[in-house]
Amino acid sequence: MNIDKTNDRNIGNSEYIHIAIDDYPTTPMQHFKQVVKRGFGTELFGGLKITFGIMLKALFKRQMHTLKYPQEKLPVSSRYRAVHKILGLLESGENRCIGCGLCEKICIANCIKMDTKIDKNHRKEVSEYSINLGRCIFCGYCAEVCPELAIVHGGRYENVSEQREHFVIKDDLLTPLDKLSTQVEYDGFGAVSPDADDKIEKTPLSY
Amino acid sequence: MDSYMIETVAKVMVVLLVFSALAGFTTYIERKILAFMQRRLGPTHVGPFGVIQILADGIKLFTKEDFVPANAVRPIFMIAPVITAATAFIAMTAVPFFPQFEVMGYTVRPIIADINVGLLFVLGAMATGLYGPLLGGMAQANKWGLLGGARTAIQLLSYEVVTGLSILAPIMLVGSLSLIDINDYQSGGFFSWLIWTQPVAFFLFLIAAYAETNRTPFDLLEHEAEVISGYATEYSGMRWGMFFIGEYANLFTVSFLTALIFLGGYNDWAFIPGWVAILLKVGFLIFLFLWTRASWPHIRPDQLMWFCWKVLMPLAIVNILITGFVMMLI
Repeated sequence: MNIDKTNDRNIGNSEYIHIAIDDYPTTPMQHFKQVVKRGFGTELFGGLKITFGIMLKALFKRQMHTLKYPQEKLPVSSRYRAVHKILGLLESGENRCIGCGLCEKICIANCIKMDTKIDKNHRKEVSEYSINLGRCIFCGYCAEVCPELAIVHGGRYENVSEQREHFVIKDDLLTPLDKLSTQVEYDGFGAVSPDADDKIEKTPLSY
Repeated sequence: MDSYMIETVAKVMVVLLVFSALAGFTTYIERKILAFMQRRLGPTHVGPFGVIQILADGIKLFTKEDFVPANAVRPIFMIAPVITAATAFIAMTAVPFFPQFEVMGYTVRPIIADINVGLLFVLGAMATGLYGPLLGGMAQANKWGLLGGARTAIQLLSYEVVTGLSILAPIMLVGSLSLIDINDYQSGGFFSWLIWTQPVAFFLFLIAAYAETNRTPFDLLEHEAEVISGYATEYSGMRWGMFFIGEYANLFTVSFLTALIFLGGYNDWAFIPGWVAILLKVGFLIFLFLWTRASWPHIRPDQLMWFCWKVLMPLAIVNILITGFVMMLI
């Protein structure tokens, strides 16, 4: 299945099939005519034809609606807001997070907690960072407000664990150093738009 | 006499084992075909393509607790599934499955008892099988079961008339109730099949057969959407399983009957030998049963009664009258 299909927001009623509902029969003669039409007409066999066609397509063209879930998964839209990820800088492997605390401030469920300190390079460093996923309502404000695109929403929707606390650890959310090369730039909710470069204008300094 | 006894016992064992196994395997075929017709996969995990799913189901059914509800009439509740399963196999005794063949100079006739009222016996035994759902439904102290049992009664009364009357016209043509005679009557090739001289009787019998085996358009006894599971609501484990072995055995009996009476039976069909021909016909009829189950909706009990008494029965009688007049004139 193609991901473009899930990104298509243009859902109209163009594919609806409108069924003409005839008037219900009232007199015995109309009842009789309906029975004759349905019994000796082709309506019953039309149904047989449809199911047979579907069976042939299912058998030979593999047109199945079944998804063998743990082995196969539907593609998730890039705008989907599942468990957060904290991205790293590709070049240096440093945390993208600058510890500004905007996400903590904007979080309407109060589930983000962070602690910062000044590290040896006189840079602000995040020492503790946790998201309580039991409280998180996945509104996406944190990803939207983040100036560095450090905290984003990932596609991990299978929140299964023995303990809820397993999901609040920063190391789980943070891209590991050895996986940095596989880190995909986030293009979902709150991300920079693809034509952001064209939209940048010089800051007017003259006033 | 001894050799006759041994032969009969051997045939009984073969029929019992083959059709018990086939009944199980048909559930797999049914689930697969229904799945494909609804764009699903059906059983896939147990064995290649889920073929031995039936084994897993069998283990589950056999090891389940044999449960009898508190207010149920215990002996009747326990014996009802046996009636269905037993009569389904008893009905098979008078059905000739294949043409006779020779094994090491010994002629085998693949029919357990060639009685001269074969057809009557088969239909009678199959109709007795409806006592299973009826008694089981009424004995289980459950309202859904009671409704299922009541529906069994009205269904039996409705379709049994049509079965008997529709089969009368072919019997008048053949002049015998023995299924072997009916089969031999159609030995003159494709155009001697009774479906060409008795098309109305064929359709009436087929419709009645759907009601007889309670397959989908007339699947009133255990219509999930209306009466939970009908007569089988309180049943579990192998007692429930016996109902369904009986149902699938009946499915095969009815398919064999239709093939024998209307579709030329086990006569050679062009270049196809007789035993392959009847297997093809039975296979197609079974597929037809599953096909309609995937395609057509259930009907209401009052619609079934209306349909059987006001449409099918007059048609059957008119068919008998016309057949009679034509036979008198020719």
